[in-house]
Amino acid sequence: MIEIGLGHYLTLAAIIFTIGIIGIFLNRKNVITILMSIELILLAVNINLVSFSIYLQNLVGQVFSMFILTVAAAEAAVGLAIIVIYYKNKGSINVEHISSLKG
Amino acid sequence: MEYAIVLLPLLGSIISGFFGKRLGSKLCQILTSSFVSISAILSLFIFYEVFAQDYSSNKIIFGWINSGDFQVNWSIYIDPLTSVMLVVVSLISAIIHFYSIGYMSQDPHKPRFMAYLSLFTFAMLTLITADNFLQLFFGWEGVGLCSYLLIGFWYKKPTANAAAMKAFIVNRVGDFGFAIGIFLVFFFYGTVNYNEVFQQTPLLLQKEIFFLGLEINLITLICLLLFIGAMGKSAQILLHTWLPDAMEGPTPVSALIHAATMVTAGVFLVVRCSPIFEYSQTALNIVALVGMITAFFAATVALVQNDIKKIVAYSTCSQLGYMFFAAGIGAYHVAIFHLFTHAFFKALLFLGSGCVIHSFNEEQDIRSMGGVWKKIPYTYALMLVGTLALTGFPFLSGYYSKDAIIEFAYLRGTSIGYLAAAVGIFTALLTAIYSWRLIFKTFHGKYNNKENSLNSIHESPLTMLIPSCLLAIGAILTGILFKEIFIGHDSAQFWNNSILFLNSIQNNHPPIWLLILTPTLVVITIPVAYYLFIENEKILKNFILKNQFLYNFLVNKWYFDELYNFIFVEPLKKIGLFFWTKGDINTIDRYGPDGLSRLVKIISNKSVHFQSGYLYHYAFVMLIGLSILLTYLILY
Repeated sequence: MIEIGLGHYLTLAAIIFTIGIIGIFLNRKNVITILMSIELILLAVNINLVSFSIYLQNLVGQVFSMFILTVAAAEAAVGLAIIVIYYKNKGSINVEHISSLKG
Repeated sequence: MEYAIVLLPLLGSIISGFFGKRLGSKLCQILTSSFVSISAILSLFIFYEVFAQDYSSNKIIFGWINSGDFQVNWSIYIDPLTSVMLVVVSLISAIIHFYSIGYMSQDPHKPRFMAYLSLFTFAMLTLITADNFLQLFFGWEGVGLCSYLLIGFWYKKPTANAAAMKAFIVNRVGDFGFAIGIFLVFFFYGTVNYNEVFQQTPLLLQKEIFFLGLEINLITLICLLLFIGAMGKSAQILLHTWLPDAMEGPTPVSALIHAATMVTAGVFLVVRCSPIFEYSQTALNIVALVGMITAFFAATVALVQNDIKKIVAYSTCSQLGYMFFAAGIGAYHVAIFHLFTHAFFKALLFLGSGCVIHSFNEEQDIRSMGGVWKKIPYTYALMLVGTLALTGFPFLSGYYSKDAIIEFAYLRGTSIGYLAAAVGIFTALLTAIYSWRLIFKTFHGKYNNKENSLNSIHESPLTMLIPSCLLAIGAILTGILFKEIFIGHDSAQFWNNSILFLNSIQNNHPPIWLLILTPTLVVITIPVAYYLFIENEKILKNFILKNQFLYNFLVNKWYFDELYNFIFVEPLKKIGLFFWTKGDINTIDRYGPDGLSRLVKIISNKSVHFQSGYLYHYAFVMLIGLSILLTYLILY
């Protein structure tokens, strides 16, 4: 039986982080997917914090992860609200069509 | 007094030029004319003082350049030579100022015209009163500028503009030689003031220098370069092409600048530099040769021209040739005497031509004239006097000066002297033929003008006739009155030190046949010309038909213009076009300003694509940037 150590946790976090990033770039459909990808990135960070907290026997990391969860929730609420309003105005939340930032 | 002579015309020019609109054209005309007249009267006074009391002076107006050993002043240098030129320039100029009032009465730009004329007078006066080469050069260029402005006075006529530019550019060729000559003088003498240069000349006789790979005597080289400048200004062969074209300008301009004064500046230069020229026999021979060729060439061309002013212009060219070969054989005083008389009768001929043109309502072709001598008797009489004087009819001014040239050439006794005498006699014959052709075609025979009826031919106004009459008096009397002073036995006393004769011509009397030959030829020509040009034109027509080649050769002025077009103008145009399209547009502009602006455009067009508006692009850029930054921070 393999001992599950810090390395495994960090690898997991890195994989999730990468998935989140790739989710942002490769996503051509839905803004909600971008929001979800951001959540994934935050989760990866949380995993990092918690695993280091245990590894270093220091609670501060876990406290931080609680903060991050709170912020993530708030962010998800605001983001979803924006998307709802955006859908009402434009009738679509397809990422391909959101390019009004173009100069 | 000297200051007034030189500066009054300048004052008149400034007033008329800058305040002409405010003062009105009438006042401008009176003002400039009277200013120049005052300076003419003062010049006569100076001439009298020089003649009677051997007066001479060098008034310095102020220093011009004062740098180390190099000192040049603005000055008014009066000696016998200058005093003669002063009379010619200011007197003729004053007469022509008055004539212009009548001639330009229909022109809307009178103040401008008067301003240019006065400015010309000023420049010419600074030229002749210079005591150094630099001020001479200033006046030289000043008269060139005024000549350009006045030829192109009717700037709406493209031909006038082209003629003005031609005059300016051809003169640049001459001035180039002249400028190099002055540089050489300064380089080897260390000064450009006449007195010092003339004093040092005998010390530099043996000096040889390398020029364009040739070892050449310094004095000869300086003389030749100065003479190139004189050739340009005085329309000698090879650089003469601008003078006939300059007839595009108003007639008073032709009379003043292109007959009486400016074109004689070259002769003046050679005579003024006689203390240098005398030491170089080579240079003198070349001067004489060029003068002879020009005299002959211009006379042959004048035989077949049909424009009344062009005939007189070629005649001027030919007479200038006389002056040069007179100078070339060492008879400087005779050259100046001919210059003096020529100024009167040639200006008279031009003013007379102006009256004719005026009478015929701007017609200049002598083929469309004829049979009007009874309608315009005064003009006819004036032209007749001018022609008689020009051809050297006995006891008129041309007789004394032109025959004197031939006699002195003969008395010189060298081969070039005999050649000059022969050319002079033959050219005098040609001169008589073309002059009488002009008179007979213009005033006698059938009336040929289709545009104006015979009744509409009218005499010119008094403002034009009176000045011409003054010149006619001059053309008749200057020969008799001034012969003894200028070229008589005691002339050396009059010229004092202003002209140097190393080996003066023996004042032996020339053989009697020589004295009679030219006048006889000239007198005989009159009935012959009448017969050929009026009574029996068929002979001449047959002659032309038989000698078509010769006739075309002369009508086309020996093909000089065509030749220059082919050798200089066309290649230069091509080179210019090449540098313009290939050099300027395709290289400098393309890779310079145009290239830079195109580069900026391309880059900005490319960079616009960065701003796609897609969130994931921005996020990607952020990530890339962040990772690069982190990598940098971690590694270093």
